[in-house]
Amino acid sequence: MSVRIDAVFAKGRPAFVAYIMGGDPDLEASQRVMNALPGAGVDIIELGFPFTDPMADGPVIEEAGIRARQAGTTLSSVIDMARAFRTTDADTPVILMGYANPVYHMGYEDFAETAADAGVDGAIIVDLPPEEDGPVRAAMDANGLSLIRLATPTTDAARLPIVVSGSSGFVYYVSMTGVTGAALVSGGSVADQVARVRTAANLPVVVGFGVKTGERAAEIARDADGVVVGSAIVKALHEEGEDAALALVRELAAATHANRRNR
Amino acid sequence: MADPAPNTAPNRQWPDDRGRFGDYGGRFVAETLMPPILSLEQAYSDAKADPAFQAELDDFLTHYVGRPSPLYFAERLTEHAAKENGGAAKIYFKRDELNHTGAHKINNCMGQLLLAKRMGKQRIIAETGAGQHGVATATVAARLGMDCIVYMGAVDIVRQKPNVFRMRLLGAEVRAVHSGTATLKDAMNEALRDWVTNVEDTFYCIGTVAGPHPYPAMVRDFQAVIGHEAKAQIMEREGRLPDAVVACIGGGSNAMGLFHPFVPDESVRLIGVEAAGRGVKSGLHAASLNGGTPGILHGNRTYLLQDEHGQIADAHSISAGLDYPGIGPEHAHLHDIGRAEYVSATDDEALEHFQLCARLEGILPALEPSHAIPRTLDLAKELGPDGLIIMNMCGRGDKDVFTIADALGEDIAAGTEQ
Repeated sequence: MSVRIDAVFAKGRPAFVAYIMGGDPDLEASQRVMNALPGAGVDIIELGFPFTDPMADGPVIEEAGIRARQAGTTLSSVIDMARAFRTTDADTPVILMGYANPVYHMGYEDFAETAADAGVDGAIIVDLPPEEDGPVRAAMDANGLSLIRLATPTTDAARLPIVVSGSSGFVYYVSMTGVTGAALVSGGSVADQVARVRTAANLPVVVGFGVKTGERAAEIARDADGVVVGSAIVKALHEEGEDAALALVRELAAATHANRRNR
Repeated sequence: MADPAPNTAPNRQWPDDRGRFGDYGGRFVAETLMPPILSLEQAYSDAKADPAFQAELDDFLTHYVGRPSPLYFAERLTEHAAKENGGAAKIYFKRDELNHTGAHKINNCMGQLLLAKRMGKQRIIAETGAGQHGVATATVAARLGMDCIVYMGAVDIVRQKPNVFRMRLLGAEVRAVHSGTATLKDAMNEALRDWVTNVEDTFYCIGTVAGPHPYPAMVRDFQAVIGHEAKAQIMEREGRLPDAVVACIGGGSNAMGLFHPFVPDESVRLIGVEAAGRGVKSGLHAASLNGGTPGILHGNRTYLLQDEHGQIADAHSISAGLDYPGIGPEHAHLHDIGRAEYVSATDDEALEHFQLCARLEGILPALEPSHAIPRTLDLAKELGPDGLIIMNMCGRGDKDVFTIADALGEDIAAGTEQ
């Protein structure tokens, strides 16, 4: 679907995917961080849009959403961030990530048209499982946007084909049952899970949830087509500032890129 | 792919196999929760078809919960309405506040936890607002020997202290939720986060007719015992169907339980009373149908209090049990098709009618059904002396005495020391 997404996975190295919450701590600072991400080694940007009731997120991202909302951030202003980013960067894919209600409220068609016009490449809408994402997927398809679906440890063999069949661009494998930013129960290999999803999807598989360090990113990048880090970056930005957050991003990206893609 | 046409099948077919009541309901959850929701749907469907499950549930409802609850003629309240009007409809109370644990909530908990037992789930989680659902869940979990964790907003913990202590006495762990508005919706977010984390061994016992399919239908079915009994009892007492049935609405489980068997009886008006807080026009209320718009929250599409950007707005009500910015999807559908009427009552009206009911009927109603009383009186006057109304007295007011004393400016703690 998205030429920019396909180009990332054609590079032959694992992709580093960074999540930030749009508008945290405010739109101006958040824009500055976003614009600096490609230079720090980020291959794909997941740009969060805030929601009052983020029931799949841990406290780090929930609180980032509260700060963003207090700064007046809406889904529209996050799409405007993507538009501004596109004037500085033509190649790095931007994926919007958040919950269904703000999108539903904007209207699925308006959302898809506005996002495509702003240079967005796709979206992950956490609480729209395959059973519910038909209308938004149709609108996104019509506008050349990828709807990226999540596969999880509870997605069993019978269900996996249903989940991956409607995904485009890549599949996001949630490496554990839990909320974003939770502590990993154990390190361990995700190789089997990634292989299972990749075989079913015939799409690149990126792995997220619980990745906090370069060491863990490198470990996952041995098997996956990409690594997603969110909470650790959001936390560093909030607690230590922009320079520290970008330093962490550089470390995570370098660790991810040190691997060759294993497929 | 366009959204399939809304399900407009007659009541008995609601919801469809996608969990839709017309345009409302559905399964708007993260992928991690889809497999457990599908397996719950299957398990519930199997249990419903199993006479042994129904027999076990009925036995507990009879001997443990104390069903059937009485249908009581509220004679003095009826006289009160008649005196003001020169004639008023007879008001009956369905006495679900006489159930074990003091509210209708246990009807549903009994059903869900027997289902959890059947599914081999030992760890029970629940959200609670007023604490009645938490107490009922803790009670049944104790009885069935299960572990119980109840999520409760920090604000609600303060205003419902007696229920917090009751849950602890029953062996449950009460976890305070500080995020968001620290009320019922945030407790539900936190329970969903627990479920997404502990999905293998955990059963989420939702307390109202909301959440992802199959919860709205399942909770309705377990609460429909209220309406089935009421229908049989009124036929025995009065020889005819009532002209109207009335219930308060937060998420809407007691109302849906009362309404459900009457939905096909088109002569019976179904009237839900939302919490208007300080008035629907003030913006400080919990009236999702009277003051909200459709949206997606907590697994279902329904009417919500929200701003123009789809951010959920804070609900306001003196009653913790009604302090929720959404409503069950079946109510949203009944509202849209005009089968049920949804009105509202303010905090002040609820307080005034709590006191009226206490003095005239010797019943301390919970603050939640206290909202239904003023609209029931209005209706009694409107229908006149030939009319017949059933109001669900869904909970007792013992839990609310501190809130009410505070609202009336009385210090009951100081009073006991004298």
